[in-house]
Amino acid sequence: MSQNAFITEETIEGADDGPLADATVAVKDNISTEGIRTTCGSAMLESYVPPYDATVVERLKDAGATIVGKANMDEFGMGGTTETSAYGAVKNPVDEGHVPGGSSGGSAAAVAAGDADLALGSDTGGSVRNPAAFCGVVGIKPTYGLVSRYGLVAYANSLEQIGPIGTSVEETAALLDVISGPDPKDSTTRFDLDEDGEDAAHPAADSNYAGAADGDVDGMTIGVITDLLEGADDRVVEVFEASLEDLRAQGAETVEVSLDSLEHAVQAYYVIAMSEASSNLARFDGVRYGQSGGYEGNWNDAFARAREEGFGEEVKRRILLGTYALSAGYHDKYYKKAQDARAWVKRDFDDALDQADVLATPTMPVLPPELGESLDDPLQLYLMDANTVPVNLANLPAISVPAGEADGLPVGLQLIGPKFGEESIVRAASAVED
Amino acid sequence: MSETPVDAEEVEHVAELARVDLDDDEVDAFTTQFAEILEYFEALDEVPEVESEADLVNVMRPDEVEASLDQEEALQNAAETEDGFFKGPRVS
Repeated sequence: MSQNAFITEETIEGADDGPLADATVAVKDNISTEGIRTTCGSAMLESYVPPYDATVVERLKDAGATIVGKANMDEFGMGGTTETSAYGAVKNPVDEGHVPGGSSGGSAAAVAAGDADLALGSDTGGSVRNPAAFCGVVGIKPTYGLVSRYGLVAYANSLEQIGPIGTSVEETAALLDVISGPDPKDSTTRFDLDEDGEDAAHPAADSNYAGAADGDVDGMTIGVITDLLEGADDRVVEVFEASLEDLRAQGAETVEVSLDSLEHAVQAYYVIAMSEASSNLARFDGVRYGQSGGYEGNWNDAFARAREEGFGEEVKRRILLGTYALSAGYHDKYYKKAQDARAWVKRDFDDALDQADVLATPTMPVLPPELGESLDDPLQLYLMDANTVPVNLANLPAISVPAGEADGLPVGLQLIGPKFGEESIVRAASAVED
Repeated sequence: MSETPVDAEEVEHVAELARVDLDDDEVDAFTTQFAEILEYFEALDEVPEVESEADLVNVMRPDEVEASLDQEEALQNAAETEDGFFKGPRVS
């Protein structure tokens, strides 16, 4: 375990029987585990011990899984390299001089290194798919509302979902089968009431995601999003094209699609995510939980000092920019425009998915950066998320599956499906790994 | 050049609104970075007004008492408590 993939190594035994009875699982450290500290990669929560389990953790235990530890992550999920963790950077098991991606970098690294069979991450703007691509494993970002967020420490709650990571598409999909489903404790999983207010079936009720990993793409139409190839590294595009050629050889048809709104997706994503973060992270005042610093004096001064100490630089940057974007005089200019852009992105995806069963892009436009390489330039890091954030804005499901290597480093292929079309993306991805 | 120049005073004002103290080095670094990031956000000006439909519906349940954390559990992560309450710094 030399990659620093875990913040806390502790075993939680699950039920004796169940679909995951033989499986070990790493759980990202922003997912609450009763009695085991949950730090979110932040010094603010260094000694925070949740008094309850997240719903997904209960489901893991009921399925018989053995949880082997709490995985390292970018602080509060804010980063794409796992270098913003207060507990030190994680090394990429494929090449230890490189980052594992993020923010669920510990989760992906644990699976890639064989420290856990499976892992849970959370994906707000790519945080499951990015490290899956960089570590050469599989990661799924479910449709918004498929998986309960109860017990996930919120960063940007209108965007994020908990998602599974594994070494094969089928195993990863099997973990999604376990964690998905409605939860009375998360009303965003309960969107599907009928007109009488009665429960209708949640999409996960009659689904079989693992069963969809049959590799059968004969007759499937795959839309290639050309807008997201233009800015990508040539070495990445080469592996991506070879992967598409392989899918065509298996009977899939590829068509080109273009989404004009994507030009504004990264801007919209960061304005929305930072705005939500500035509100969500207001709860960390050191009174009910978190580092208090024990300061005397005025309430506001004491909070401001505790938060100066407890939060790292990227978290402060996002809280401040979010506060700015929501402040008087700027709300319409940034936040409202970002919401328009979000609606536009959704509409563009709906149109593109009328022309194709699934959409394809490289998961990341670049190869995994070297450790330390990207710390100094926040904007460059944000731009690295160009291919993943549009999916969160549109609430859609997407999977990253290993497509090959370039210069000895993994390249991921991203497949995006229609709302609750997890089975389609699992099917297509299982053909990529054949 | 950005239409929204950010100076150190503005960064300090936002930090105060957000209740996050910054040291002088952080104020300097953020002033430069915010100018660059906000300039990039300027492109949102080109986005047309788009109608959106909410995907979600309100979920209600009967207003009946259900189990929740007990007081001891709710207080277990607090640095200071008194008589079953959270204890914070004085308000003024």
